[in-house]
This record gives sequence, structure tokens and C-alpha cells, in this order.
Amino acid sequence: MKTTVEQRGLAPVRSVLDNGARVIAKHAGATPAVTIHASFEAGTIFDPPAEPGVSHFVSRTIDRGTAAYTAEEIAERLENRGISLAITVNRHALSLICTCLVEDLDSTLMTLADVVTRPAFPDPEVETRRGEIVTMIRQDEDNPAAMASEGLLSLLYGDVHPYGRRPRGSVETVERITPSSLQTFHAARFRPGALSLVMVGDVEPARAIDSAARVFGAWTAAPAAAPILPVAPPAPGRRVRIIPMMNKAQADIAYGFTTILRSDPAFYAYWLMNNILGEYSIGGRLGDSIRERQGMAYYVYSALDANVAPGPLLIRAGVNPANVERALASIDEEVARMANDGPTGQELAESRQYLIGSLPRRLETNVGIATFLQMMEFFDLGMDFDLRVPDLLARVTREDVHAAARAVLDPSKAAVVVAGPYRGPANHRTSDPSNA
Amino acid sequence: MYPEGATYNANVNVYEEVLDNGLRVLVQEVRTAPLASVWCWYRVGSKDEGPGMTGVSHWVEHMNFKGTTNIPRDKVKGIIEQFGGYWNGYTWIDQTTYTETATRDALDRMLFIESERMANCLYDPADCESERTVIISELQGGENDPDQLLDQELTATAFRAHPYRHPTIGWLGDLQTMTRDDLYGYYRRHYVPNNATLVIVGDVDRREAMRHVVQRFGAIEPGEVPKVPHTREPEQLGERRVTVSREATTAYLKVAYHAPSVNEPNFFPLLVLDAVLTGAKGLNLWASFRTPPPQRSARLYRALVDGGVASAVNGGLVPTEQPFLYTISVTATEGSSLASVEDATLAQLDAVRRHGITEHELEKAKNQLRARLVFEGDSISNIAHQLGYFETIASWRMVSSLRERIDAVTLQHAGEAAAQCFKTTNRTVGWFDPQPPADEGAAPEGEGAGSGPVSVRRP
Repeated sequence: MKTTVEQRGLAPVRSVLDNGARVIAKHAGATPAVTIHASFEAGTIFDPPAEPGVSHFVSRTIDRGTAAYTAEEIAERLENRGISLAITVNRHALSLICTCLVEDLDSTLMTLADVVTRPAFPDPEVETRRGEIVTMIRQDEDNPAAMASEGLLSLLYGDVHPYGRRPRGSVETVERITPSSLQTFHAARFRPGALSLVMVGDVEPARAIDSAARVFGAWTAAPAAAPILPVAPPAPGRRVRIIPMMNKAQADIAYGFTTILRSDPAFYAYWLMNNILGEYSIGGRLGDSIRERQGMAYYVYSALDANVAPGPLLIRAGVNPANVERALASIDEEVARMANDGPTGQELAESRQYLIGSLPRRLETNVGIATFLQMMEFFDLGMDFDLRVPDLLARVTREDVHAAARAVLDPSKAAVVVAGPYRGPANHRTSDPSNA
Repeated sequence: MYPEGATYNANVNVYEEVLDNGLRVLVQEVRTAPLASVWCWYRVGSKDEGPGMTGVSHWVEHMNFKGTTNIPRDKVKGIIEQFGGYWNGYTWIDQTTYTETATRDALDRMLFIESERMANCLYDPADCESERTVIISELQGGENDPDQLLDQELTATAFRAHPYRHPTIGWLGDLQTMTRDDLYGYYRRHYVPNNATLVIVGDVDRREAMRHVVQRFGAIEPGEVPKVPHTREPEQLGERRVTVSREATTAYLKVAYHAPSVNEPNFFPLLVLDAVLTGAKGLNLWASFRTPPPQRSARLYRALVDGGVASAVNGGLVPTEQPFLYTISVTATEGSSLASVEDATLAQLDAVRRHGITEHELEKAKNQLRARLVFEGDSISNIAHQLGYFETIASWRMVSSLRERIDAVTLQHAGEAAAQCFKTTNRTVGWFDPQPPADEGAAPEGEGAGSGPVSVRRP
């Protein structure tokens, strides 16, 4: 008797606790282990405008001591059992992720609950982690890839929209953050109603949900405030920012547009369009041109992040500084070609088949399943979403993809950032490291 | 029940057969997902490269994705994607490997691709030229990272004679001058079935899989596997040091010790020591990047990161065929001098060298390593990777004994390994010393970056 994805889908068990926490469990018996993925709506968009970097700072300190245990005790409890707790933060979510042996599920849930409900943010820990964060920001500032990506989001979204802010803040803002800023952020965002807890592994879902209910059930607080996101500013025209980093060997290009909401019915057309443009095989059409035909880059790709705000479509490439203009011209050409002609029927069929066919692979490991379930929950796609993907993609026509491309892909509206050993086109030098 | 010469290892359910042409085939049935993973491994890596040819193994790997006699160049794109599949390849010091993971109905397609790759790659001169600049771009991208740059300099300093000294991506000068015929000749010499191991893991029937393997690979002629001599590294006589000075924001320290190969008795004790010092990473190169080690309670983390002088510390001990390095990498926090970071690091290593580790630390390290072995077996690609990887450095059979070897490490073994490995005379210290920005200046000329494995595409 085997249960595979193709036979009946993921079919996870979802339960909402009385306090509003959502718990999702899925049995997967490949290894005697369980992956726990606890996600809070507490990402960087919730940073107070005056204190960018608080959410990231919380992600570095939340597990460094609680009302009951010191940082050392928490580390010992987890690490004696081989568990490493990863805490990640993106624009929307702060997530605690770990994998433990099945026998350690209950004790690990207890440690996690302690960490998320009663963090102490002790002064000495906050000071030590501040030093780490400042160093991370300095490393980003010396990293052309990070500078290009951050620069692009700032060009696309400006200073007012939280998508435009640096996710870790700046050295200056991080220096200002106090333990009480962290406590305030925690109190505002870490609430049962903002928790989505996913468990995937060799444990019966009902048993896993019981364990979670025992540990998180008594935690009560009013729901967290819903995010209010301003509208992304319209693209006034092509914007180019050069960030000279003359100590580097290679230039990083970031090129992009704002797109649509994940809830937009056109999302599936955008998903396919992005796959054809910059994902399929080794970077889609962009990879064919810039890597395969012209040999200019080891990596070139595009990524789409349609979200609860109209997220970016981001094209990235790393090229020799002598090839920056040729690479940008090639990106312009592929972007315009997709907008003008849309995809071919064959491209659409291939990408569709790939996105459907790759689902079992995405859903092979506990971590892969947990990530997918969190995505289903975050966008409210329903617990049978994995089964509906083939149909959702099958309905997209060539004209739908072409319409998506026409709507966003316009080189004259693109935002472009180049970071690296490059000062601009030879006939139009600018040495302005505009707010690098 | 099994053909002559075939064996069945009940411990890990691996079926092994060697074809007449010398191709070793390993099949493991794992039915947790409707997928199959194929890996084709060659016992050739950057340690097999001679002067003027550094980087050739990796460049050859890139060329082996560029079309074959029966897979025209324009049919490469999509050949696995049609089955929802993922493909990649990597080259490192001891091995080169190619992989596809896709739905199980793609098994024969994957075997077809690997058989073509073994025997029929084209090496079109124009493709060789266009890939030259792709690889130089890969090198320069790596060089943007100070950590990789320091790693490369450190490795080249720690080794005087053994070919592990040069980076797998190669030195820029060689990448600029190697010719199409250099590449093709190297490909023809090393890509023979008797120098390869084919691994198949997933929702497959092993008899049916073997039928496809024989059909696809059986007619490929064996060749004489080149005997590449590797100079044994002479014993190091005193500490070595290297400093990289570049405009940058952050200081990095690396300390490397010559380390035992996976075939030497001190390897597993040193693996335990690394877990005590920086947290257990496990033994799967392909999987270990993805999960951070449990290191909050590790000695160097406590001393350096909790001590405030470093923002990150990591230890690297990877199983290799010949003695390579155990490397500790430290990122200094803003305002901490490299000298103070080095002192704090060496004080911890010296304490372990003189006093060994505690019973509690030994048990915790073993718990961590055993858990990593479980976590690493979570996908068919990870399982297949381990069988093939170990076959290129020792034997695939070692995979089923890893737990036993970890369990067998005693306090005394760990103490002896520390006393031997962490000697001053066995050590190379590297500093990345950041310089303040210059007003004006040309981009530095790149000479390569990093001593880690390099993939044909970003993983």
C-alpha cells in the first residue's frame, strides 16, 4: 500500500485552534523525522517606518532567551538532539523551521512555543546580535548581488512602500533599535491568529495536531492588525541606477517591473510567462540568449513574486563589466519580444507540462511539502490546491500569456540597477553612487 | 536470482552489477515518491589536471551539456523538463557528476542522456568558445565573494605539491588559453564506462532498470583509464600564512589544517571534533549546504560569536580520497581586529589539542551526526548522491557503515586526532584584510575564486 502525491494529492489535515492558530499536518514516512515550520505574519513589511530592520532583528534574537530559559539552555535542549533551528524572515513572514526525530516532536514543540510566546530579548544578547547584524549589513554593502537587488526594489517601490526598504535596515537604524523595540514588535505581531504551524513527517496528523494544541492551545491574544500596504507607485519611465563597486570583478544586473497580486485570476498566465521568459531549463529565453548563445553570464534568470501586494518580476544576471550594455540590450530585446509576440504554442505547452510535472519533485521532502503547505495557507488557496494546479494551468491560453506580457514587460518602463566595477556607458559616465 | 557478479547488500538494499565494459551500476528501490533519480559519476576531478590545464575537468563538464550525436544542440533544452525534471552537474577535486531527477517514467530518457554524455558529446568549436566566457563569468562571480577568494588563496598556500592546491574552476590564465582539442582529448580519455559509476534510486524496478541500462550502455567500448600520478604532499614543517588585501567592508579569517582522507582512521574522530567545535554538518556535500548546523552550543560559536568578535563561524571537513583540509572560517564583526579573532580561535583549538573533549560533548556530537544521517536520507537524490560520491573516494559500501564509524569514536580517538591535527606546524592561517575604498582604480584582474565544488548551474 503506497500513498503517493499522484494518487490522491497531499490531502493535509488542517485544524484551527480555539485561539485562532492554524495547524496543518501531513504524514510522510520517508524518514523517521518531522519537519516543523511555524510561520508568523511578522515579516519586514511590519517594521515601523522609523525603525526599518526590527523584524529581522527579532528573527536574530527571539530564540536567545525566554522567561523560562537562557539562550544557552535553549541551544542545549535542541542541539543535544541534533536539531538546528533556522529562523528566516521575508517581506511578509517570520518563520521558525527545524527538523527533529519523531521521538523529539513534543519536546521540540514545547521549546518552540516557549520561544515564540515568551521571548525575553535580554540586553547582552541584543547587543551581541546587533554587532552581527551590523556586520551582515556591511557584507551586503560589499556584495554586488545584494546591492543590485535591494537597489531595484528601492527604485520600483520608493521609500514609502515597505517593499522598497532594505530588509535588514541600515547600520544607522539598527544602532537605534532597543530591546523595547523588539518587545513591542513581538507583542504586536506574535499572536495565535498570526501563526500558521505546519508539521510534515512520520507522525499521524491527528497526533501531531493534538501535540500542537496542548502546547499552543492556552495562548490567547487578540488577532494581530492586518497589514495596510500603500499602492506601489506607477512606473514613470525607465529608471537606471548605477552603483559603482570598483573593487569587484563582475557586475550584477537587476532589471524589473511591478506585477500583480497573487489573488489576481491572471496569476497563472504570469506564472507561465515568467517561466518561459527566464526560468525554463537554464533560464528560459533570457538564458538561451545571454548564456547559451552569447556566453556572457554564468547566471541569468527571472523570478516572479506576485503577493498580497503587487510584487516584482525581477531579472538578474552577473556579467563582465565590459558586457553590461550588451547584456542590458539583450534583456530589453527579450522583454520586448515577449510583449510583442507572446510565447509560441510550443513554449507554452512545454512550460505548462514542466510546472505540472515538477510538482511531485517539489513535494518529495518534508521541507518541500512544508514550504508548499505554508504557501497554500498564506494565499488561502485551499488544502486541495496541489490537485487543482494542472487544471489551473491547463486553462491558460497563449493569448492570456501574451496579455500578461503586454501588461508589464515594457523596456521603456523598466527599472534597472547595475552594481559592480562599472560606472555607466562609456559616452555617458556618471560617478554618482546614488544612495548606494 | 541475480546475474553472475552481481551482489545484493541487504543492509541498504543496494543492488550492484558491473557490466562487461566495466560500468558499475548501483540500483536502490525507494518508493516514497513517484520519482527516479539518476547520477552518473566519473573518477576524474581537478586533482587529475596537469600544468596549463587547470579547470579542464569543470569545463569538460560544461561542454557535456552541449549536444551529442543523437541529441542535437537544439533538443537539449527541455529534454528532462518535459518530465518535470531537474538536472545539474558538478565537478570537484576527486569527481565529476551529472544528475537528473524526474518522474519515474523518465528513467529510460535519463539513461539515454547519460549514455550519450559518456560516449557521444560534440565539442563544437563555437560552443567551446562561448562556454569559455561563461566559465570566466562564473569565476569572476565567485571572486566577488571575499570568503571564496580567501579560501582559494589559503588552499594554494596549504598545499605545496599535491594537485588539491589549485581551484576546481581553474586559474584564469589556463581558462584563457586551453583549446577545444585539449577539452575533447581530456573528455575522451576519462569518460569511459570503466571509469564511471551509474546510480539509480527511486520508484523503479531494479530488473527493469538494469534492462534499460544494458540497452543504453552495454555497447559503449571500455578504454584505458589514464593513470594520473598525484604528488604526495610533503609534511608541513611550520605554520604558513597568507593575507589577501582588497578594498572591502569586512574581515575574514580562515585556519586550515591538513586533514586525513576518508580512508584514514582519524577521519571520523576529526568529524566528531568538528561537531564539537562548530556543529555537525553531516557527510552529504549535496544536502549539507541547505540546513545550518546545530552550532549554538559549539565551542567556537560560543567563544567567537557569543563572545562578540565574530558574526559567523563554520568548520569544513569533507570526505575526500586523499588527505585534504579541515578549514575553520570566521567572519569578524565590525571593529574586531583579525589578530584578536585569530587569538580567540587558536586558543580554542589549542585547548582541544591539549585536553581533548568531554564525554558530554562526545555524546552530543554523535547525536547530531546520527540525526544528520537520518535527515540527509530524505530524498532519492540525496540517497543516490551518497552512493556515488563515496564510490568516487572509497566505496559505496562505506555509506551503510557511516553510523557505525561515528558510534565507534571514543574520547581517546578524538583526543589523539586533535593532538595530531591541531599542531601549529600543520596549520595555515589566512587573513582577508579589508582596505578602505580607493578614490579611483581599475577593477582587479581575477585569478579564480574558491576551492569548493562548482556546478554547471546554480543549485
